[in-house]
Amino acid sequence: MIEGSAAEIADAVNARRVSALELTNALAARIDERDGAVGAYLARTTELAREHAARVDARVAAGERLPLAGVGLAIKDNMCVAGTPTTCASKILADWVAPYTATAVARLLEAGAIPLGKTNLDEFAMGSSCENSALGRTANPWDLGRVPGGSSGGSAAAVAAGEATVALGSDTGGSIREPAAFCGVVGFKPTYGRVSRYGLIAFASSLDQIGPISRSVADSALLYDVMAGHDPMDATTVERPVEAAAPALRDDLRGVRIGIVKEFGLAELGAEVRAVYERAYDDLVKLGAELVEVTLPTAEYGVATYYLIAPAECSSNLARFDGMRYGLRVERPDVGATYEATRAAGFGDEVKRRILIGTYALSSGYYDAYYVRAQKARTLIAADFARAFASCDAIACPAAATPAFAFAAKTDPVSMYLMDYYTIPMSLAGLPSLSVPCGYVTTPGAHALPLGLELSAPLFAERALLGIAHAYEGATRHAFARSIPDLPRAAALR
Amino acid sequence: MESREIDVAYVAKLARLALSPEENERFASQLGAIFEHVDRLAGLPVGDVAATAQVIPLRNVMREDVPRPSLDRELVLGSAPRREGPYFRVPRIIGEDA
Amino acid sequence: MSQAIENAPAAVTIGGTAYEAVMGIECHVELKTKTKMFCGCLNVFGAEPNTNVCPVCLGLPGALPVPSRLAIELVVKAGLAFGAQIPAFSKFDRKNYFYPDMPKDYQISQFDRPLTQGGVVPFWLPDGSQGSCRLTRIHLEEDTGKSSHAGSRDGRIAGSTHSLVDFNRAGVPLMECVSEPDIRSAAAAVAYLEALKRTFVALGVSDVKMEEGSLRCDVNLSLRPLGQSEYGTKTEIKNMNSFNSVRRAIESEIARQAALLAGGGRVIQETRGWDEAAGVTHPMRSKEAAHDYRYFPDPDLPPIEFAPSDVTRLRADMIDLPQSRIDRLVSGDGLSIVQAQQIVDGPGLAGYYDAVVAFGARSQTVVNFVLGDLSRLANETGTAVDASRLSPERLAEIIGATEAGTINSKTAKQLVERFWASAEPLIRGVSAALDSGLPAIDGPAPGIPDSTVPERLRASDSLDVLIRLEGLGQVSDTGAIDALVAAVVAENAKTVADYRAGKTKVMGFLVGQVMKQSRGTANPQLAEERLRAALVLRGAQHDGSSSSA
Repeated sequence: MIEGSAAEIADAVNARRVSALELTNALAARIDERDGAVGAYLARTTELAREHAARVDARVAAGERLPLAGVGLAIKDNMCVAGTPTTCASKILADWVAPYTATAVARLLEAGAIPLGKTNLDEFAMGSSCENSALGRTANPWDLGRVPGGSSGGSAAAVAAGEATVALGSDTGGSIREPAAFCGVVGFKPTYGRVSRYGLIAFASSLDQIGPISRSVADSALLYDVMAGHDPMDATTVERPVEAAAPALRDDLRGVRIGIVKEFGLAELGAEVRAVYERAYDDLVKLGAELVEVTLPTAEYGVATYYLIAPAECSSNLARFDGMRYGLRVERPDVGATYEATRAAGFGDEVKRRILIGTYALSSGYYDAYYVRAQKARTLIAADFARAFASCDAIACPAAATPAFAFAAKTDPVSMYLMDYYTIPMSLAGLPSLSVPCGYVTTPGAHALPLGLELSAPLFAERALLGIAHAYEGATRHAFARSIPDLPRAAALR
Repeated sequence: MESREIDVAYVAKLARLALSPEENERFASQLGAIFEHVDRLAGLPVGDVAATAQVIPLRNVMREDVPRPSLDRELVLGSAPRREGPYFRVPRIIGEDA
Repeated sequence: MSQAIENAPAAVTIGGTAYEAVMGIECHVELKTKTKMFCGCLNVFGAEPNTNVCPVCLGLPGALPVPSRLAIELVVKAGLAFGAQIPAFSKFDRKNYFYPDMPKDYQISQFDRPLTQGGVVPFWLPDGSQGSCRLTRIHLEEDTGKSSHAGSRDGRIAGSTHSLVDFNRAGVPLMECVSEPDIRSAAAAVAYLEALKRTFVALGVSDVKMEEGSLRCDVNLSLRPLGQSEYGTKTEIKNMNSFNSVRRAIESEIARQAALLAGGGRVIQETRGWDEAAGVTHPMRSKEAAHDYRYFPDPDLPPIEFAPSDVTRLRADMIDLPQSRIDRLVSGDGLSIVQAQQIVDGPGLAGYYDAVVAFGARSQTVVNFVLGDLSRLANETGTAVDASRLSPERLAEIIGATEAGTINSKTAKQLVERFWASAEPLIRGVSAALDSGLPAIDGPAPGIPDSTVPERLRASDSLDVLIRLEGLGQVSDTGAIDALVAAVVAENAKTVADYRAGKTKVMGFLVGQVMKQSRGTANPQLAEERLRAALVLRGAQHDGSSSSA
């Protein structure tokens, strides 16, 4: 039963064929078995999960039908859940317990979801491999010697390993889509402003979005429908009504035009990877789609633009971690020295790097040349997309240039930043974008490694986007073509 | 933009980050490489384009002057690194700056 | 720029050259809203520490700001009150710096697109001349928490061992008013601040209480030779906690800079804190090279756009501003500036005054009563003027009766005291009484209770009835007065003799005796006149025998 989709599980619990508590206990046992090897979770919230499960069972018994009744949910540890440790995988928040719950999470819990635990991430969501976590290591369930991707690596791994039915991740430059691609699951980033950021610990305020990670497009659609929508606690959420996506998922692509980006040519990719994407594009045509060439001339400036804007905003957002009111304090005789010692001890290298980049980009004399210029480049990138969408309904491209790489394979920051090459431009334009499994490559002596097809649509076109992804998924069923190799049972292997 | 020597020590001071000399050197070199990539933005003709302050152009999002419950003080002070009675206790401030 | 500034007397002479003091003032005013700027915590002074806090105003991870519509509108109104422009587009920016009372280590403020721009604040100086000071801008930001410094002898930072922080104040909406350097004297600075306070209080924008911290101001001050257009080096003065402190601090700093320049020294640009007890300014620890605040537009807050109709609506919402009220009272009603300011500043006084005048009473008489007896009674009884039982109509009646000579001013004062707390029901009964057939007012003698007033009318509230009933009418008949005078002269031979011997001051006593004889109803001017006449006549005869005039 715990292998079922969120929709199936909710149905079963609502119909009282199975209890939320039973499911919760079964999932807890599954996590106990597998997480020793995978390391998806930083903290388990088993007691809380049981409380919620009991409440769901009581409500269902009283006649309520809950859209996510009993659905096991893993939550990325940069989202506040009252009473749970919320660490952002950082030493500076290692012992902090959140006193309130993020709106998006609250909506899912109110709809019956069960909070299983907080998952690992790159520290403060900065990274593309989950290796920047200061509190734990997560491995890709497909190959334990490889990264799960990042920054939502823990959430993607948990779903891929069956340690949760669905999970929440956050995406700033690709942090849902890339780990979803690496782990062979669906990861969806809605339009900026669709899902409340209240309670999501901010990295880059104008880019961050919470989104679902799941084993099927339908499950992501279901979660999106429940949690999206205006929140008075977040002034950047839109009042636009949410058109429910789950009921409108299509099965074919007749009449749909898919844009293939000229600048995202497949020629530079490895041969096996290229073959997977060529076939993916063919499959789209087989479903009835028309492929259209589109051009995004400024896309190549995406990484440079992003790596000015995001660090600038994060340098300001992370200033509050100063040892004064919460979190780690390395006490020194005076406040100034305390700030410096606390932040030096509390932040990892990648976080420090981005704070330095951002502080520099905003500093006097450089603000116009860097920050303002980057915001202008952003306008051009958004305009490129708007023009492209005049001739297509969605854009398809690889979610990442390679499958999951080995731990410690990328030591150079710039080469790590380039992992987000295909996902950053959509983030800069605020577009809804997702990754759906599209095939596998094999590496010598290793198992198959998943690849993800990235689909992106115009602003607020979530319903159409999820529909297109659903059609592709249904026809190709890549996610279900293989299963993850058996994970070693004993934690002793770690 | 010509490649420049970034004064990492100064930037670290602004950001209240204490860096060891080794870190200073390492970050200086890494930031140098990052900004080399970032500097390609200089080649993009941005012209008179408006800077995007917010990607979704919302306006006038405001709230009414209606009270909402505050947090329980014990909950708040309980997780403070250091407290003294009902206050947050912080190390001494030198001068008018910290 | 107004005449007053050009003609301002030189503040000081240094080495034979006249110098003027050039000042600009920056005020931070806490807005009078129920809740904070970006969250729903209560905005109140004096609450238990750290009880009005939430994730937003504490800067907890994941919290987000949502701006208060009321705070924005109050700032716009404040600007409109001084003729400022309201730009169509305004936004919030982050001002990044670290301090323990800053929950986010950035302050949400406004950098280059403030809510209002420009404007002029007119004010009156004590000598009656008018001055004005231009505003650069008024913008909106959030206040910080409050730290107290422990371990030092005087509670100041220097010498402290640690600090204690209360975040109740963090996030309170703060209006920053920046003036152009148009102020030329300490008196002008205080007048400017009073004008701001008067307007903000009247608009309901703020309580403006320096003692509670809802107004804080910094003064930038430099000296330059009269006629020079370049500014001298300025210092910034902080830490003044009353208007009087502001005045003293400015005077002290002018003197200090003048002495420095006179001795051939140079003024250093620095921040100086006013020491109330010592009466001097001290340099505050100089900041490291001026803060790099790294301002950028706050991505969490969509900008504010005003349509002309929004501005029109806010302008229409605004009550009669104190400045124009003062103008009207001075030029229209002939009040002095001081009287006009007191009427406008006193709570509820202006409305009350207007109402009494509207019933036809003479403005000068009204203002004397309002600022005199009524304000005294308000202080004594703890009841505000406009909350007392003395209705504006009743006061107008009393004043009218006095001016008609029906009662004298002493009786008027007594009636005012009576009606202040009177339990008698308020009905408008003057013409009703007359309609009911009450005989004309000059029936029996005025100073004598009239028992012929019909029973059914005795309960009415008519002032005329009351006057008749109790015999309060002023006695102005010469014959009647002379009879009273005669009685008084007969009973006070010694005093009369003193008067004739040259002790003219005792006339007051004798007039008082006539008043006493008449139970307060004698016309005092006539009483004095007839007394003098009687005593002069008598003075012609030295044999002490009386004779009538």
